[in-house]
Amino acid sequence: MIQVLDVVIAGLLLGGLYALIAMGLSLQYGVARVLNVSHGEFIMLGGMTTWMLYSGFHINPLLAVAICGPGAFLLGFILHRTMFKRLLALSASPGIFESNSMLASFGLLFIIQNIAFMIWGPEIRGYSYLAFPVDLGGALFGANRLVTLGFAIAIGLAFYTFLARTRMGKAIRAAAQDPVTAGLLGVDINLVLALCFGFGAAMASIAGVLISISYPVNATMGLEYTIIAIIVVVLGGLGSIPGSFIGGFVLGIVGSIVTSIEPGLALVAYYVIFMLLLLVKPTGILGR
Amino acid sequence: MNRVRVSLKQLLWLGLLGVVLILFGLGPRYAPMYTIILLTAIFMYIILTLSWVIFSGPTGYVSLAPAAFFGVGIYTSAILGKALPLLIVVAVGGLASSCLALFAGGLTLRLKGIYFAIFTFGLVELIKNLLLWWEIHFTGTRGRFVIVVDYATVYYVMFAILVVLILTAYLIRRSKFGLALQSIGDNEQAAAHIGINVTALKVVTFAVSAFFTGAAGAIMATRWTYIDPYIAFNPLFSFMPVLMAIFGGLGQFYGPIIGATIFGYLEELLITRFPYYYMLLFGTIMVVAILYLPNGLVGLIQKVTARLRVLARSQPAPAATSEAK
Repeated sequence: MIQVLDVVIAGLLLGGLYALIAMGLSLQYGVARVLNVSHGEFIMLGGMTTWMLYSGFHINPLLAVAICGPGAFLLGFILHRTMFKRLLALSASPGIFESNSMLASFGLLFIIQNIAFMIWGPEIRGYSYLAFPVDLGGALFGANRLVTLGFAIAIGLAFYTFLARTRMGKAIRAAAQDPVTAGLLGVDINLVLALCFGFGAAMASIAGVLISISYPVNATMGLEYTIIAIIVVVLGGLGSIPGSFIGGFVLGIVGSIVTSIEPGLALVAYYVIFMLLLLVKPTGILGR
Repeated sequence: MNRVRVSLKQLLWLGLLGVVLILFGLGPRYAPMYTIILLTAIFMYIILTLSWVIFSGPTGYVSLAPAAFFGVGIYTSAILGKALPLLIVVAVGGLASSCLALFAGGLTLRLKGIYFAIFTFGLVELIKNLLLWWEIHFTGTRGRFVIVVDYATVYYVMFAILVVLILTAYLIRRSKFGLALQSIGDNEQAAAHIGINVTALKVVTFAVSAFFTGAAGAIMATRWTYIDPYIAFNPLFSFMPVLMAIFGGLGQFYGPIIGATIFGYLEELLITRFPYYYMLLFGTIMVVAILYLPNGLVGLIQKVTARLRVLARSQPAPAATSEAK
């Protein structure tokens, strides 16, 4: 019984992190229509910056959230304003824009990864913060992982409220449904898309900060998290925030169950679930 | 009169093609070893790109599966290399990739757009991780050694695959199959409506394109001598063909070939000259190409020649009028 609880809680903790990563990508793909393959690189930037701030300047990793989040937002906003806006204007149809922007984000992946390599080198970095165990119904978990889950849920709720309650959130939802009509109704569509891309980047880098608290980080970690984000996003339905959480928790629990049976097969299990879902219901659990 | 001129032009082209074939055929006898190895790498990239274009060019389905086909070819070579003669290994590598393509294509080709791209990329990662797990658990090793073949033989086999591929790609493009594929890309429902067996055509073309990628992997493995799942199923081999094809331009038959040639050479140059900035330069070229060359190099060439033609026409014109006076 304790063991089952152990696996489930570990899965939930992992799932919260996955949900946060996926939420950013879901926003970038669901609204801005960019399947951002360099998403994981923003995670890596967040993680590596936090490590640098902590080990170099003894800045609290939770404070790094306030540095990395806005920084990544600005970077994402500028990227969309320059690169993806131009691509959008160049592309004849939404389909062409999707494949072009995906390829452009591959270029970004290479650029960001190489720059990170030049700054931080290939070594795997880690530090210890909040690493004391907490007793959860008989199972022991690191406090850092609980903090991660708390942050993920808090950011998810905050963003959900933002989308549901504010005027800007309404504009974003309108742009996600039908960008042309939203534009006709007076929504500054380019601003909304750039904002969404920026928010996505900010969430990725905050996820990176939280990852660095619990797991080791290095300059080439990005792609692995990008793939997990894509799986979760497809699992939950593209562009759906609650879907990201459901997908994240499903994948987290599956991952933790498979890991407890056969650790080598966790990634394989992710892909099998992912491919099965694509075949049965490509629009995802909550997709229309 | 007109007819004779056309056939003369064709003869000229055929002659040029023959000269190119003989030049490349005699290569290993006269050219330095480095050039031959570089050419082998460039041929490999052209094969990867062109076989990607056979399927994804006309249909518009962006496949990120080349790395899976390439890796299957590589592992065929690693497993069968010692038991069978080289040419059979290469053929089996191609056929194994075709089988994978038939299976994956039959399952997934009803997925549209971005979902197909994601699925095919998932396929690469799935095979890689499964293979890694299998090797560690059942074979007890991570990598395998591949039988070594001398560089001239590798060059000739690669060249032969390339020639057959170019012929196949050209024939498909010129035949009614090419037209049918094109119509799938333009409007799949309409294509199905006028009696094209859309699914069968897509799956078979996917398998044909996988054959060449697998064959190239099987022969390339003998150059690398040591492989493991990370080397064989490197996702770069999925992205490079897409990038090279777009960089070259999909509008013309020769576009992807030019793209792959330039990129293959560029990669060699960048890796040897700037090993630490290689990816940075590569990514920058990629972004710039997508942003500023929407129709690839072919589009640029066409633009430049069109402008030159306008210039050539406008300059002699005043001279002609003054003469007339």
